[in-house]
Amino acid sequence: MSADAPRIVVRDAVGVGTAVGTYGVSFGAVAVAAGFSVPQACALSVLAFTGASQFALVGVLGAGGGPVSGVATALLLGSRNALYGLRLASLLRLRGLGERVIGAQLVIDETTAMALARSAGEAARLAFWATGLSIYVVWNLATLLGALGAEALGDPAALGLDAAVPAAFLALLVPQLRDPLSRWTAVAGALVALALVPFAAPGVPVLAAGLVAVAAGGWRR
Amino acid sequence: MTWGVVLVTAAGCYLFKLAGLSLPRSLLSSPRVQRVAALLPVALLAALVGVQTFATGRSLVLDARAVGLLAAAVALAVRAPFLVVVVAAAAAAALVRALS
Repeated sequence: MSADAPRIVVRDAVGVGTAVGTYGVSFGAVAVAAGFSVPQACALSVLAFTGASQFALVGVLGAGGGPVSGVATALLLGSRNALYGLRLASLLRLRGLGERVIGAQLVIDETTAMALARSAGEAARLAFWATGLSIYVVWNLATLLGALGAEALGDPAALGLDAAVPAAFLALLVPQLRDPLSRWTAVAGALVALALVPFAAPGVPVLAAGLVAVAAGGWRR
Repeated sequence: MTWGVVLVTAAGCYLFKLAGLSLPRSLLSSPRVQRVAALLPVALLAALVGVQTFATGRSLVLDARAVGLLAAAVALAVRAPFLVVVVAAAAAAALVRALS
């Protein structure tokens, strides 16, 4: 049977969706530990639905960063979804305003990877929708569970939840370190941010690290 | 936390996704723009790892979170799934705090 057969596409999509969606437990837990309410944690997963940005917002604000730097970091991380959308638009051929408005919310790392992994248009469309919908459902249920769990358990530092946040960022970062340029960008970004910690308001050092990406990506033709 | 940061973040993240599907593809065809966009999450995530592990307010500190990060790195090295990585870090940090 071809790998593009609908049954196999859906099976793979639900597998990825379930695995990825369960990260939502850790997001819900760290969001509540950072001072967000359970409804706020759930609203972020329902409405923003892009893991790295969500973790960044609660991470920066939880560490005492101001709202502007927290939101700015989250949005800079979310900007990559626009690039995914540009690549997906011709492949998905979304019909009408409704499909585009709903489909847009599902444009994230995993749905892009699963859709681009399929050769034929119909299989790519099916992979996108099946992966997106299964991640969406599991991610939101898991966020609720994690948020309620953290609220019930109490003291976030004793549970090590403050250490869970950088671990989540590391797990999101490592798959992106594919070549020397990205590895050096990561090292430089971390060093620039740490060097600025004593001199800048919390949240600002991370934003300044974004300039490393501008320099690293822009200096060559 | 205020609802403002939640709603502004949500709206901004959604608009980026919708813009990508709606704007003409030629808009971001410059290789330089593509490269910067690909490296942006790398630099920001690495900075977040560093700051969230080694900073408290405006001070650089070495505490139980560093042990947590080490546990996460080990878990990633053996290709553990995301949740195992996060739980390993939390458990390691909680253990160090309980022992000290």
